[in-house]
Amino acid sequence: MKKSVFVGAFAASAFAAGFAQAQTLETVQERGEVNCGVSTGLAGFSAPDANGVWQGFDVAVCRAIAAAVLDDPMAVNFVPTTGQTRFSALASGEVDILSRNTTWTFSRDVDLRLTFVGTNYYDGQGFMVNRELGVSSATELDGATVCIQTGTTTELNLADYFRVNGMAYEPVPIETNAEAQQQYLAGSCDVYTTDVSGLAATRASFENPGDHVILPEVISKEPLGPAVRHGDDTWADIVQWTLFALIAAEELGITSANIDSLKEGTDNPEINRILGTEGDLGAMFGLDSDWAARAIAAGGNYGEIFSATIGDQTPIGLARGLNAQWTQGGLLYAPPFR
Amino acid sequence: MSDVHAQTVAYVRDTMLPEQSPPLTEKGAIKWLRENLFSGWFNTVLTLLSLLVIWYTLAAIGPWLLNSVWNAGSLSECRRILDGTSGACFAVINDRWHQLLFGFYPPALYWRPVLALVLLFVALAPVLFFALPRKMLIFSGLYPFVAYHLLWGGSVWLPISAVLGFVAGYVAFRLLSRISALVAVFGAVLAPVLWWIFAAGAFDSTMSSILPLGLDFVRSDRFGGFLISLVIGVTGISLSLPIGILLALGRQSDMVFVKSVCVIFIEFIRGVPLITLLFTASLLLNYFLPPGTSFDLILRVIIMVTLFASAYMAEVIRGGLAALPKGQYEAADALGLDYWKAQRLIIMPQALKISIPGIVNTFIGLFKDTTLVVFIGLLDPVGLSNAIRASTDWNGIYWELFIFIGALFFIFCFGISRYSMYLERKLKTDHK
Repeated sequence: MKKSVFVGAFAASAFAAGFAQAQTLETVQERGEVNCGVSTGLAGFSAPDANGVWQGFDVAVCRAIAAAVLDDPMAVNFVPTTGQTRFSALASGEVDILSRNTTWTFSRDVDLRLTFVGTNYYDGQGFMVNRELGVSSATELDGATVCIQTGTTTELNLADYFRVNGMAYEPVPIETNAEAQQQYLAGSCDVYTTDVSGLAATRASFENPGDHVILPEVISKEPLGPAVRHGDDTWADIVQWTLFALIAAEELGITSANIDSLKEGTDNPEINRILGTEGDLGAMFGLDSDWAARAIAAGGNYGEIFSATIGDQTPIGLARGLNAQWTQGGLLYAPPFR
Repeated sequence: MSDVHAQTVAYVRDTMLPEQSPPLTEKGAIKWLRENLFSGWFNTVLTLLSLLVIWYTLAAIGPWLLNSVWNAGSLSECRRILDGTSGACFAVINDRWHQLLFGFYPPALYWRPVLALVLLFVALAPVLFFALPRKMLIFSGLYPFVAYHLLWGGSVWLPISAVLGFVAGYVAFRLLSRISALVAVFGAVLAPVLWWIFAAGAFDSTMSSILPLGLDFVRSDRFGGFLISLVIGVTGISLSLPIGILLALGRQSDMVFVKSVCVIFIEFIRGVPLITLLFTASLLLNYFLPPGTSFDLILRVIIMVTLFASAYMAEVIRGGLAALPKGQYEAADALGLDYWKAQRLIIMPQALKISIPGIVNTFIGLFKDTTLVVFIGLLDPVGLSNAIRASTDWNGIYWELFIFIGALFFIFCFGISRYSMYLERKLKTDHK
């Protein structure tokens, strides 16, 4: 009897949770704020500035969504999440979107019941070594000591890579990126391995960045993208197509600078459809026709966001690489807006 | 007599020699050095080794500290100013001290947490120093509500209606105590609960509509840095002592139910690491609470930290109770005191005095444990040091932030420890 009551209560709360989750858009509009899960601090991707305003590449995605849904890019409540708390925060409804450098994998998508709406950054695991070692390829790393963050997929990738290539290595387990920098600079390890974007950010913070090289080999695929809960397809569509709008805007040459003039009407029907001057795409998922225009105006198109937060001109200095448009030899490819 | 001597020995001095100063090796600094640092070959070796260690440490850290840069906008600017020499870049503290102290609290409202901290000392003063007038305790009692209002803001009527609940309890107690003590206690518990459930909300909204007084509301997620450590630490410390006392008494109780509840609670909490409780607070509770109830994360953490500290506190106080000779209990019985009077007048004053070092130990441990909240994504000073390091300006900075945070914690922990030593000396009544 007691057990059945408990199970019943549990099922009721799960049902209620599912019910609430099916209406994320209404909840967000009622609240007037998007709850966005970000990392507690990752250079270039999410970090608070001196005024406490969150900045970065992952942060910009949430601002674009807030602009599309609520007409205010600042109407975002950023919830810092750790590697352990991020999925529970999303599943329990504490955040509406997880925009936190999360690799899209099968088990996360299927088993953890997340919906990855796309990839906003194609990353991969790489190696950084001191130039003095004279190493020019990862295949020459036999017998090296490697600084590696524990409990991450990078640890497993590393083991796989060295096994496949018949090499030995000695791991130096570390907890955080900041600790890794200290260990690596102090010479506790020959090699530091993590995602290439992280390596670039780390190297940029060194006193003499030129003394260190990032080896050309990229040993894993790390598609990082925003995720939402399973079961609310309208909300997933909104997040997904906001991301696509940013990508398509770059492809079509819509920037935060020219968006106002383009909104007056152009000869390109796709631009018109994105900006809402032709057709009514926004109404199909319950937004007005201006949604994409607001999202793009918030922080610019994908390319503008990239160059403002992690691109060549920033201290992090990442090249576009895989994250260029498909027309430029990259992987960014937004489906047609029609 | 000298005549006698004159016949037996050749020479006898008949005047006193003037006092001579002791040999050089037996006075002043040299004597101290000889006795304390070079009293044998073993100690001499140890001294020399220690000097070597100190020298190396100073040689490594000294120039780094002396060359500190305090004004720069980023780490790279620091490095330009230092121009290749080794030096600390404390400019990061200059740039971000307000974040390390207050988190994302609106800068225009910084006076509120500062005032709350100042008032905290005012409220603590009569508790800590017995010489002060006892009337000040009234303010101490009201302080939690004042502090809540200052920190979170919102309508002033909310804390007032909460206080009125206690007033209702007191009034009920005074009225009903004429009937019987048991009824009075019952009424004292029931009245505030009834008030909070049925009347407080209505009172709050009515008064707010009549006289909308209050401060700007600040949400919990704006709290961070040292502010969050202090809020969690101070609340945990001040609640864990009374709860711990009750648990310790409950554990010694003859009533089976009370005793087993206390034992199970204490053993369960002590058997679980604090980090597990924090994860429970941040993750598990979310699943069980109905969706949409945003039960404040800081509040959840405070509850967990308090429960954790209470269990440890209970065991510390049980140690103090066990150390009291049985005669004290019997003497209290012989005086005809009832249980609570005996506890209040005879047992607790002695048991708590014995437990002071243990209690303070738990306090300090609890205060430092607040940094564990970084693992559930709350931005306490340690969490913020990560976030600050993630900004492109300060990426790569390391020791400077930890030195600053360490210094902050040291000031508070050292203060607590010095006060406890003062208290021990003051309460010392041994026969010497």
